[in-house]
Amino acid sequence: MSETHFRRMKDLPSTHLLGTGTPMCAGCGGLQALHEIYDILGVRTVFVNAAGCMTLLSVYPFTPFRGSWLYTAMASAPAGGQGVRDALDILLEQGRIGAEEDLDVVVLTGDGAAYGMGLSATSGAIERGLDFIYVCYDNEGYGNTGQQFSGATPHAALTSTSMGPRGYPGYKKDLFAIWAAHRPSYVATVIGAEPLDLARKIETAKSLTGPRLILALAPCPTGWDFDPKQSADIGKLAVKTGIWPLKEYIDGRVVHTRVPHPRVPVEEYLKLQGRFAHLFAPARNESLLADLQHSVDGYWAGVESAGPEAPGAR
Amino acid sequence: MSRKLLTGNGAAAWGARLARVDYIPAFPITPQTEIIETLEQWIDNGRMPGRLVTLESEHSMITAAGAAAATGVRVFSATSSQGLLYGMEMLYTVAGWRAPFVLINVSRGLSAPITLEPDHNDVMAARDSGFLQLHCATCQEVLDSTLIAYRLAEDARVRLPAIVNQDGFYLSFTREPVEIPEPETMASFLPPFDPENMQFRASAPVSQAVAVLGGGPYSYFRYETHLASLKALEVYDEVSSEFEQITGRANPAVECYRTEDAEFVFVMMGAFATKARQAVDQLREAGWPIGLVRPRLFRPFPEEKIREALKGKQGIAVIDQNISFGRGGVLHTEIASSILGRPGMPTILVSFIGGLGGRDISAEEFYQMAEITKQAVANGIAPEPRLLYTETELREVRKLQAIAHAEREQLRTES
Repeated sequence: MSETHFRRMKDLPSTHLLGTGTPMCAGCGGLQALHEIYDILGVRTVFVNAAGCMTLLSVYPFTPFRGSWLYTAMASAPAGGQGVRDALDILLEQGRIGAEEDLDVVVLTGDGAAYGMGLSATSGAIERGLDFIYVCYDNEGYGNTGQQFSGATPHAALTSTSMGPRGYPGYKKDLFAIWAAHRPSYVATVIGAEPLDLARKIETAKSLTGPRLILALAPCPTGWDFDPKQSADIGKLAVKTGIWPLKEYIDGRVVHTRVPHPRVPVEEYLKLQGRFAHLFAPARNESLLADLQHSVDGYWAGVESAGPEAPGAR
Repeated sequence: MSRKLLTGNGAAAWGARLARVDYIPAFPITPQTEIIETLEQWIDNGRMPGRLVTLESEHSMITAAGAAAATGVRVFSATSSQGLLYGMEMLYTVAGWRAPFVLINVSRGLSAPITLEPDHNDVMAARDSGFLQLHCATCQEVLDSTLIAYRLAEDARVRLPAIVNQDGFYLSFTREPVEIPEPETMASFLPPFDPENMQFRASAPVSQAVAVLGGGPYSYFRYETHLASLKALEVYDEVSSEFEQITGRANPAVECYRTEDAEFVFVMMGAFATKARQAVDQLREAGWPIGLVRPRLFRPFPEEKIREALKGKQGIAVIDQNISFGRGGVLHTEIASSILGRPGMPTILVSFIGGLGGRDISAEEFYQMAEITKQAVANGIAPEPRLLYTETELREVRKLQAIAHAEREQLRTES
């Protein structure tokens, strides 16, 4: 990207477009990210939503969106985006609408759809070169149904379907790499707690065409078990500890937009969240804590050895 | 107007072409694939405008179809069997969006066991989805019904998607002479799609398909959909008579064949009803007062017309080419509930199930069904539902099992 409009915090939009009074939980990191994203994407958008927490944003007869919205189902929001995009293109081609009536198609889903049920529809949309932005609010579990583990749940986290002493036995799926392997136009990780980095990435995404993913880590007070007022702090710690790398894939290269140095120990992030409380009490689970720190260290060692601009998926 | 030998699939493709469809989300499945191949070739060589996009599943295909219709373009799609079921969640969903488009279903039996040949269990599974359903018995009807279905679906009083059903193989791959109307004639019969307020535009932001909380708003929208579907009964009559004026071809919601003076009636849908029609002719020659009632429109269900057709008859044989396990034939229960408690209706309704997975229904079986119905009227009691199957067929299956067992036995002794 050549020039950004967003150099300092005061460059961020001061007018906020998404309405208030939605039924999202207090401290919802997904809603925070969506507010920031919508402010930059603007109202000439149609949000195509999949089943998830944010399905409840638009409840008849109200909506917080000043632009348009279409709810589909859990698995096929990208296909809904395809239908809307193709129809708009047909209308433009036939001269039935002018360019001023065109809209950007934005698919909005949680991690359940993005990492799991909707992955086939997503892969198909990327392979067809669909011109759309996919926004995933990743709260690392099936949040809307009470935080069962999903393909996005991190290792060792307690969820309502992984309540054992070691938590979730699996490992968080690398959706960034899955997308990048399709060679789309753009892939970026963001977090609401870093609004400047987020704004620049939305600005970049908006300037491009083709399939684009904005993957937002969404700290979830109810699902991760923390006080809603800590949501932004937890978000910042996710970046500072290196557990949520802020990066983008563009022109076949991965660029880390924030390299935390020195990195805060991962346990500073974990200990604020009830879903990791079993790592600290009744006794510290040193080996599991070490595993988690080791995995983050390993990631960044890979980044450092490849240089900040590494070709390929990571 | 030109006359051509067309398969049912070819007729469906011609229906889409004459409807000047804008958008065709597609996914291949036997026996439907020829429809989308034909359309793709026409689009590729410039013989028709439009855009065909192959999705990665029928679930996505129906989603894209509904989303495009909700954006205000004319949409066509086609599927069969497992594909229809794979898209089932979205059939219900896009009907709830009130997104009008036409979906051809080329009927094929459902798994398991997996098969390629036809029966109606696939389309019956979509019965309660909100899609209108038109059932065809000839290739000509496939073309005509496709055009009629657009008028019906897009009508402001209805605005629901429609399924046009044709039987796999028996229609899809069978060539029949089909009259193809002139494009100009069809352009005046079917004007461009006017989506009214159903669209996504920068100047008119709108939220479609939003969630509801509570049974009040939910029931409101569900009832609206039901009432809109019922509206399609009168709209169908209007549209089909207009179509008849233009083309000379009648496509009544319920086809009655030699029923006026009949005492007995076969009730049947789809291509196999042409076999029933032939049986009626032969039985008539043998002196039987018998006819055939064939609902073309299945959703909404033309109850009133069914009652008119069955009034004063003595015995009805309902032949279902579907099976609701643990209950029996779907059409049988629909007919029964339509006539129950109404004056002058026949009290003897006999249920037969046949033609599953493309199994033939022979002339002899039609004669026998007539005989059983006549007996039931004489006895004043309807017999248990019959599953059509012959001794020979059972013997053939047993023989195959015996051969397979013997071969396995031989392998075991050799090793």
